Amino acid sequence: MKVAVVRFPGSNCDADAWHAATAAGAEAVYVWHRSADLGGADVVVLPGGFCYGDYLRPGAIARFSPVMKAVAAHAAAGRPVLGICNGFQVLCEAQLLPGALARNGGLSFVCRPVTMRVESDATPFTARYARGQLVTMPVAHGDGRYVADAATLDRLEREDRVVFRYAGGNPNGAMRDIAGITNEGRNVVGLMPHPERAADPLLGSDDGAAMFALAGVAAGV
Amino acid sequence: MSRFLARVRVMPRPSILDPQGQAVSHALTELGFSGVNGVRIGRAVEMVLDAATADAAREGALKMCERLLANPVTEDYVLEGVEPAR
Repeated sequence: MKVAVVRFPGSNCDADAWHAATAAGAEAVYVWHRSADLGGADVVVLPGGFCYGDYLRPGAIARFSPVMKAVAAHAAAGRPVLGICNGFQVLCEAQLLPGALARNGGLSFVCRPVTMRVESDATPFTARYARGQLVTMPVAHGDGRYVADAATLDRLEREDRVVFRYAGGNPNGAMRDIAGITNEGRNVVGLMPHPERAADPLLGSDDGAAMFALAGVAAGV
Repeated sequence: MSRFLARVRVMPRPSILDPQGQAVSHALTELGFSGVNGVRIGRAVEMVLDAATADAAREGALKMCERLLANPVTEDYVLEGVEPAR
């Protein structure tokens, strides 16, 4: 399995994501955001960070990077795309996922471990979790409050597209405690917490490691 | 070609919680300003545009709002004016 970790100017969790993918047995490569292709990768990770300094809105400028055309094509082909934190913001701005990430309800930057409930195991990134399982991963964001209109939220819930929900405390005021969602095709997943920072017991938790161990992807799923 | 100044105001949609506005509202009340009953904070964007006519500049500015300057999920925009610039 080949994993492309996209680097935008201002990405800062790219090395962590690369390491987590490598530790999961994948061949991980970095792809610069000016690249027009993904180097034949099976899986794309948009890592955390503050691309373009979060100018205008987080992800607003990065979504027009040349690589995003390739990411959109990859997603449209039903192949796996994972957006973590800033990567989630980029996916929402690019309209590959619905809704938006607004300034945290409490205004402060939140940087601490949070507990989430796995709401759906029906994505390539959560297939190794059990529905209802509680997992702990760090958050580190100032703009992580998931917002969408009521019709979109209802639809996400009806279609089992809420992938993670904060359990035991909502760190940012996200609507309906949403921490992560997936698209209609269930191949694009975005979440605010950082699985790559919880991918080894040395880091205090390895609850996130399974998100990088995608069974069956190399077989062309 | 003429040069125009386009002024755009981008505001959080009324349905979206604006914690920044709330914090400033509280601060104003703390400072002793009475009657502060709501603050919302958005963004002002000024763009210098070269276009054949003011209408063309306006049309361009509106497209820029839709494509980049405002996120329709969370924000509304108003093109406040397009005026000749030097």
